[in-house]
Amino acid sequence: MSTSAETVSRKFNIDTVENAAKTPDTELPWAELGLKQNEFDEVVKVLGRRPTGAELAMYSVMWSEHCSYKSSKNHLRQFGEKVTDEMKKDMLVGIGENAGVTNLGDGWAVTFKIESHNSPSFVEPYQGAATGIGGIVRDIISMGARPVAVMDPLRFGAIDHPDTARVMHGAVAGIGGYGNSLGLPNIGGEMVFDSVYQGNPLVNALAVGVMRHEDIRLANASGKGNKVVLFGARTGGDGIGGASVLASESFDDTKPSKRPAVQVGDPFAEKVLIECCLELFKGSLVEGIQDLGAAGISCATSELASNGDGGMEVELTSVLLRDPTLTPGEILMSESQERMMAVVTPENIAAFEAVMDKWAVEYSWLGEVTDTGRLIITWEGEVIVDVDPRTVAHDGPVYDRPYARPEWQDAVQADSFTGSVQDAGRPSAPAELAAAVTELIASPNMCSKDWITNQYDRYVGGNTALAFPDDAGVVRVDEETGLGVALATDANGRYTYLDPYHGAQLALAEAYRNVATSGAVPMAVSDCLNFGSPEDPDVMWQLAEAIRGLSDACMELGIPVTGGNVSLYNQTGTTPIHPSPVVAVLGKLDDVARRTPSGWREDGQAIYLLGTTAAELDGSEWSNMRGHLGGLPPKVDLAAERALGEILINASRDGMVDSAHDLSEGGLAAALVESSLRYGVGARIALQDVMDRDGVDLFTALFSETQGRAVVGVPRSEEVRFTDMCTARGFAHTRIGVVDADSGKLEINGVDTLALDALREAHEATLPKYFG
Amino acid sequence: MTELPLIGEAVAVAANPRLAGARIGVVTFPGTLDDRDAVRAVSLAGATPVALWHADTTLSDVDAVVIPGGFSYGDYLRAGAIARFAPLMSKIIEAANSDAKLPVLGICNGFQILTESHLLPGSMIKNDHLKFMCRDQVLRVENNSTAWTGDYAAGQEITVPLKNQDGQYIADEKTLDALEAEGRVVFRYVGFNPNGSRRDIAGISNAAGNVVGLMPHPEHAVEPGFGPASLDGIGSSDTDGLGFFTSVLNKIVGGAK
Repeated sequence: MSTSAETVSRKFNIDTVENAAKTPDTELPWAELGLKQNEFDEVVKVLGRRPTGAELAMYSVMWSEHCSYKSSKNHLRQFGEKVTDEMKKDMLVGIGENAGVTNLGDGWAVTFKIESHNSPSFVEPYQGAATGIGGIVRDIISMGARPVAVMDPLRFGAIDHPDTARVMHGAVAGIGGYGNSLGLPNIGGEMVFDSVYQGNPLVNALAVGVMRHEDIRLANASGKGNKVVLFGARTGGDGIGGASVLASESFDDTKPSKRPAVQVGDPFAEKVLIECCLELFKGSLVEGIQDLGAAGISCATSELASNGDGGMEVELTSVLLRDPTLTPGEILMSESQERMMAVVTPENIAAFEAVMDKWAVEYSWLGEVTDTGRLIITWEGEVIVDVDPRTVAHDGPVYDRPYARPEWQDAVQADSFTGSVQDAGRPSAPAELAAAVTELIASPNMCSKDWITNQYDRYVGGNTALAFPDDAGVVRVDEETGLGVALATDANGRYTYLDPYHGAQLALAEAYRNVATSGAVPMAVSDCLNFGSPEDPDVMWQLAEAIRGLSDACMELGIPVTGGNVSLYNQTGTTPIHPSPVVAVLGKLDDVARRTPSGWREDGQAIYLLGTTAAELDGSEWSNMRGHLGGLPPKVDLAAERALGEILINASRDGMVDSAHDLSEGGLAAALVESSLRYGVGARIALQDVMDRDGVDLFTALFSETQGRAVVGVPRSEEVRFTDMCTARGFAHTRIGVVDADSGKLEINGVDTLALDALREAHEATLPKYFG
Repeated sequence: MTELPLIGEAVAVAANPRLAGARIGVVTFPGTLDDRDAVRAVSLAGATPVALWHADTTLSDVDAVVIPGGFSYGDYLRAGAIARFAPLMSKIIEAANSDAKLPVLGICNGFQILTESHLLPGSMIKNDHLKFMCRDQVLRVENNSTAWTGDYAAGQEITVPLKNQDGQYIADEKTLDALEAEGRVVFRYVGFNPNGSRRDIAGISNAAGNVVGLMPHPEHAVEPGFGPASLDGIGSSDTDGLGFFTSVLNKIVGGAK
């Protein structure tokens, strides 16, 4: 066969390496593929010649913002640097693999990760959100784990904007349609409405999986002569250019629809893939494994090869196709879902194939591991890619993007809610306060999420011990001992807008508090950093500050970041979203039977408020309801968070509390209502002692969002022991009331009586009103 | 035969040696989701769970069969429509209709498979509100003389989780009248009909009472701490569903409780 570019047995031109060397001046569409001039020049320099079309496809997707973290890498390093030996003690696999792995004890390990699928979920909400779940679940499988639960933090535009229903219906149905079909309980998440997310909704997805230590798998291709296999769904034309085009550019009305760039999911294929991978792991039939996500085969081959000890040779015509007209470049870039790549020793080929046949999963052998240090991809025997895989997977461009504190930041921080126009007529009379509480818990961000969570299966697996609306989701890992994990995700875009450094820390503090509230010991962090364009120095400053704040806080709380994801370019035109670092914290429970739910149940139990209350309404839900955003977010006190966490964990372990609920958005008012509505059990509350001690009025006591607080229900028999513990630890605690099981009311001194039925109706009516 | 489960071994030690001899099969199709839960329920009831694979051609001498929930083969055609043709299903149909009257319980997708197999009449279509729904559901046990309901009192109300997309039970009026007349409506939704099912029907049986199908999930209400009362504060117990599995056990080992 001739090597000229025109000679092919297919209908398109094959640009071989040999051809590329002979035709240095051929024009290549690098700009259309998202590469900048300096990046293309770098590719030419690395190769010593112009890239072939296939090589260009690989570099363009792997060097995109989404895959290479080129704008954030310099800052993300802090997560690896600000780590003590103590923090590393339980980390079995750290940042850089598909997901981090943490030691749970008793031979168990847990892996979890949170990722974004924001842009696809705006273009095509159902498939975007569905494949977001699919992608994160495959990351978990790739580590050798059985996925055991998912969570989904969601941020949409204004609740009453006509387009919000489109995105909301699609995203929720997509998460449900895909997640429910995998047999994974959905145990929590978040829901925020804010017009800043109108054109850039945030659809993040978290998955957690468990495994025995010996089952941990890594993505590397080692052992010369071992075979490389691609299995799962066939490769089609969906998602081509998705990674580079969708995730790295903001939307522009003038360009044609990017719908075809969104992948289409098949949850059944994924479910079968999960079971078939677990069977492969059980039989120790794979040496290395990598899921195919963004950048598809480009990513899988280059990462497997560069993490291994040699090279790899792959024949691309062996890839099973859904669409036979795909070009080599398209096959390399395709983001078709439900695919995995593995490395198998020749001795295990028959056993591997038997597992594939049992689950009726298609597979094709693509090539083998070599010792050349090169990734070589051929097309009908002709070399179309010949690269050092590290240059594709790891040596992409890194930018030190300029950043500076925005000029407007001072003015925003000076604009406190207290005394503002929006603060006029602050409620104070009993009837006004009752109306305020009701308005708060019916507001878009504080209302019941049942409309969403009732579309998700929280029961499957039979190990769910807590799920939304409790503070954290709790899943049992070991049925013999009750060992389990707790997970919470949190972010507050408004706090982070007011102060990115502390806002990011507040997100971590809240997730940490939520996990501790359930009784679990916080162990590890995964973060999904959703920001605007890094090319805007204001946004870049927000990102840099958030990472600095988060990494400092992780160090202070003693829990390491084990993985995560950065999503940039979340902006419409020049208007970015609020900086939204979504932080997931994972904790451990020795026995999930001891976990603490958020609602009270037993009549006569004492209700305590832990922590002190300051006048902190800036950035609060109350100020948001009044249309104000300015001032400084609540103060961060990580030492207090740690002390509170220890009290909650000890109280849970020793049976000193029957319920615990953290105070965050909506303050004490929200916590009291939620604790009452959880099991439909009322309470009588008096806040005079809190007001006297902390020097705040009743409105502030109810609506301030001071951090480091929780309400707990304490059995009478445990009251002395519990208060002694708080006293010994020097932590503020005040008895604010008593559980009144049969009253059907929440009575707060100085506030008109709130009937639980009316509260529930207000709480639950909001989402159905807007979304049917 | 597949091995279940791969991680998080279900407690397979039978509490009562008299019951442990009873072998209850749990079928797994590609796309089945609640098989591990059904295995756990069988164990907690005291029997020995036996994993059955859709491609098996023998029932492995089981004394009863549970067809659990999920999306068999993806259910992209019509729920249960393909599963009905699995090799194992022909064995189940044969055994259920034989003189031995093998007890068969179909839960959710299992119920859909049983109607597709014509072991039970009627069919399931998409919920009337067109959404997937997961909630705790109160059911009334209308008939406690089937193989799977003997441990309940007639008229007893129980709370078990319900979760489905295609759970609206339909049949023609004649069939519905016959089911009512013959006492074959085994469970009815109480208080709220979650999917638009005709006459609030949640579950039915065949004429002999050995084959029962229902949309709600008793296998998710078998263990303290992990059922509706703990998770949602609905109902008074986490274990209202355990009676399905103890009922069939008592039937298998000879009736006396």
